[in-house]
Amino acid sequence: MEIGLSHYLVVAAILFTLGVFGIFLNRRNVIIILMSIELILLSVNINLVAFSVFLNDLVGQVFAMFILTVAAAEAAIGLAILVVYFRNRGSIAVEDINMMKG
Amino acid sequence: MLLTGIAFYIFAAVLVAAAVMVISAKNPVHSVLYLIVCFFNAAGLFVLMGAEFVAMILVIVYVGAVAVLFLFVVMMLDINFQELRQGFLQYLPIGGLIGLVLAIELLLIVGTWVIAPETSAVAAAPSPAIDAVTNTEALGRIMYTQYVYAFQASGLILLVAMIGAIVLTLRSREGVRKQSITQQVQRKREEVLAVRKVPTRGGV
Repeated sequence: MEIGLSHYLVVAAILFTLGVFGIFLNRRNVIIILMSIELILLSVNINLVAFSVFLNDLVGQVFAMFILTVAAAEAAIGLAILVVYFRNRGSIAVEDINMMKG
Repeated sequence: MLLTGIAFYIFAAVLVAAAVMVISAKNPVHSVLYLIVCFFNAAGLFVLMGAEFVAMILVIVYVGAVAVLFLFVVMMLDINFQELRQGFLQYLPIGGLIGLVLAIELLLIVGTWVIAPETSAVAAAPSPAIDAVTNTEALGRIMYTQYVYAFQASGLILLVAMIGAIVLTLRSREGVRKQSITQQVQRKREEVLAVRKVPTRGGV
């Protein structure tokens, strides 16, 4: 029952897929979409740390921490935009975000 | 070794199950709580791999800051979440299809590829033996020397994010009586005080 690199990579791959699936599944709810993005970033972190440990190279863990930083900043900004949007429009449905006619 | 295997499978199973619940829970508050479970189990996986520092940072940053932020926003916004769940089943087939294709591709990659034998020779920062230096110390040694600019840049990113979040959400509300110290200090005696001569039986 030796746990190798590929075990961790499989877990990360499943987590990544679940994150992408979550974005498709909850297309109306921005909060769940942000949480799905967090899941995706978590799976990337698992990948980086797994490679770092099994290839005996510390750089992966350093960059995992940078990803953590960026994820925290992204969550803060995303939620701030969400709060402002809710204040203006009174809803957070993704379909309503069409003021810029994109 | 057996214990490590059992711990890995428990952590991985709970992690995946919690991730499924994150994207399928009816109530977003439950989603956030399952997200916290996810982060704890990922931290467990990191500890299992021997990356303790990243594991602890994961718990502190994600559970302590990001998840609480999500919880605050979910609870503060007055939203009818049932309405937002309409179309859940409508998107299920296409999402499932794309997810399945992605999962198969990723698993094919994981299953078929091998690491080149000379990889360990070209490691940018070979991790020292675990009994010589702890994981935290080894990380600190390269983070504050080799990657100090990237480290500072990540600090700047956090600063910009903080200022951005404050600027976005700050609003000055009209009609709220607040103490304004500059106004108080700038008041002059001539502007606010008038001495009048009041004639008898005349009034002001």
